[in-house]
Amino acid sequence: MSTTRRPLPVWADIVLLPLINIALAFIVVGIIVAIIGVNPVEALRLLVAGAVGSPDAIAYTLYYATNFIFTGLAVSVAFHAGLFNIGGEGQAYIGGLGCGLAILAFDRFLPAWLLIPVAIVAAALFGAAWAAVPAWLQAWHGSHIVITTIMFNFVASALMVYLLVNVLIAPGSMTPQSRPFAASAALPVLMGSTLNLSIALALACCIGVWVFLWHTSWGYALRTMGHSPSAAIYAGTNLKRMTMLAMCLSGALAGLVAVNELLGVQHRVLLDFQAGYGFAGIAVALMGRNHPLGVVLAALLFGALQQGGAELSFDLPGINREMVVVIQGLVILFSGALEHLPRPWLQTLLSRRA
Amino acid sequence: MKKWIVPFTALLSVAAMAPFASAQTAIKPAVIYSTGGKFDKSFNEGVSTGVEKFKKETSSAVAEFEPANETQFEQAQRRFAQRGQDPIIAVGFSQAVALAKVAKEFPNLHFTIIDSVVDLPNVQSIVFKEQEGSFLVGMLAAMASQSGKVGFVGGMDIPLVRRFQCGFEQGIKYANPKAELISNMTGTTPAAWNDPGRGAELAKGQFDRGVDVVYAAAGSTGIGILQAAKDRGKLGIGVDSNQDYLHPGTMLTSMLKRVDLAAYRSFKAADDGSWKGGTQVLGLKEGGVDWALDEYNEKLITADMKTKVEAAKADIIAGKINVHDYMSNNTCKY
Repeated sequence: MSTTRRPLPVWADIVLLPLINIALAFIVVGIIVAIIGVNPVEALRLLVAGAVGSPDAIAYTLYYATNFIFTGLAVSVAFHAGLFNIGGEGQAYIGGLGCGLAILAFDRFLPAWLLIPVAIVAAALFGAAWAAVPAWLQAWHGSHIVITTIMFNFVASALMVYLLVNVLIAPGSMTPQSRPFAASAALPVLMGSTLNLSIALALACCIGVWVFLWHTSWGYALRTMGHSPSAAIYAGTNLKRMTMLAMCLSGALAGLVAVNELLGVQHRVLLDFQAGYGFAGIAVALMGRNHPLGVVLAALLFGALQQGGAELSFDLPGINREMVVVIQGLVILFSGALEHLPRPWLQTLLSRRA
Repeated sequence: MKKWIVPFTALLSVAAMAPFASAQTAIKPAVIYSTGGKFDKSFNEGVSTGVEKFKKETSSAVAEFEPANETQFEQAQRRFAQRGQDPIIAVGFSQAVALAKVAKEFPNLHFTIIDSVVDLPNVQSIVFKEQEGSFLVGMLAAMASQSGKVGFVGGMDIPLVRRFQCGFEQGIKYANPKAELISNMTGTTPAAWNDPGRGAELAKGQFDRGVDVVYAAAGSTGIGILQAAKDRGKLGIGVDSNQDYLHPGTMLTSMLKRVDLAAYRSFKAADDGSWKGGTQVLGLKEGGVDWALDEYNEKLITADMKTKVEAAKADIIAGKINVHDYMSNNTCKY
């Protein structure tokens, strides 16, 4: 019996396996870092200290993690419906447009308690609308959502560049950015200089997604569609409407990145504020096994890597920004793409013990 | 919790005390490059040259950072400020918004911004009269062109790049009123500074329309433009750093924008205590811009060309030729 492989227990799947994957990634990273002539132990120490070593570092890590939670959740929700949303980048970008337009239109009249909710809703609505078009194309016309969402990233980018360069640009400015928002549009800062109230919104979204997916009949129908579309049809689910619902929710969640970036930190509309979070959200969701709790944990890791990586290149001249991308990429590779590498071995080991 | 707070407050107090110590003891300079990256062979690399010179002369350590994207500017500036790095050079106009915020938070530290103006007492703003240097290379381009058609490929379409373009156009017309200028901009976003492939395509498009001298005012994108010129046997003009060495024989000259000098002088001034805030405008007169003549391009520059350009240079310095600044009224009428 000792040779048969049983599925892993939940604790091993969610905690042990990711830890082994990360350890493997760091061993490979250590070898590469040593090859370019940097002490790997020192680099690891700086990476960890840079991510969690001081209140300011923790604030930055959590601020980055907030973005990853939003985009990770966005990918997860679509994934549960069997839809691969690669358009988080564009949805976040357009969410920023909605958020920015709301603030630029109303920040002279509305008080903060009304202005900020309006901006948050606008960010979610614009993000949802940007996801709704590919969803509609898939549901009614059979265009593959992977292709259309990717293409919509480029459309979003071109649209934002046009608007920022020609319409929203602050008069007399050389950089394509909107005028600064009024002070009333700023979310309260919780810690350091960047961590703001959006992290509470992100955690609320996690709970909301969890309740929706596992404790409502719509969530049940959505997951059924993801597992087996024919079973969902047999159960009376309207797949077209469910596709729309899943993608709009996904887009709305991605659009909320703008709340953290624009309302929380930048206080203006600017180019490329979404800086790759939409794409990283795919890795976050994969690593977090599409579960809100897993997404939070993966987002924390990604936030720590983002922050620690920046600190690393501050301290070690040998590690430039390209090297930081290599390190982050290896961690993602091992924990995302190669996650099944140690699985059979672990399964054998655990079933032997049992 | 306490363990974190001790080093943090220590860091803050170091940050607060650093400026008082800076005149006597060694300074702790830092530089934050723009997103083009330190080795763009042009704008950022010019700054890097100045930094290296300062490092060698004073054997002091300079902290350097290359931001991966625009959102990192503010974090990098604040991070260096918190460590008590002083002075801190921010390279490129896109850092201005972030710097205005951070410099206000750290009124005791000294900041220098290149290519933009931040109006704060602890910020030194260094801008250049790019139109004057571009005027001179425009003259050379017009005189070297056989077809009478000269090309310009700019980076990101912003007033600053149009200032290069406008000065270049005036120089061309000054040397040869009948010469024609064909212009393209690489893009409208910061990515336009870092797109050699697109730069090469734009240059080839211009060559197909008869252009035989092209001026690349586009950061790293210029590498592609100048390569395309070499491949087609046309002449290229470099920008910011002296790029003549890239392709000897097809590099007509380079418009030197002495960002290396700006960075070096700023550090040097902080080192000997003569650092001052305010705006510095560096033109031909101040040695801030110039044209390049070295062993790589001397065969392409005839004695006649050299005499004419040097005469115009003297006239600009003396104020006899007035080169229009595009940014003074956002038009290129001269």
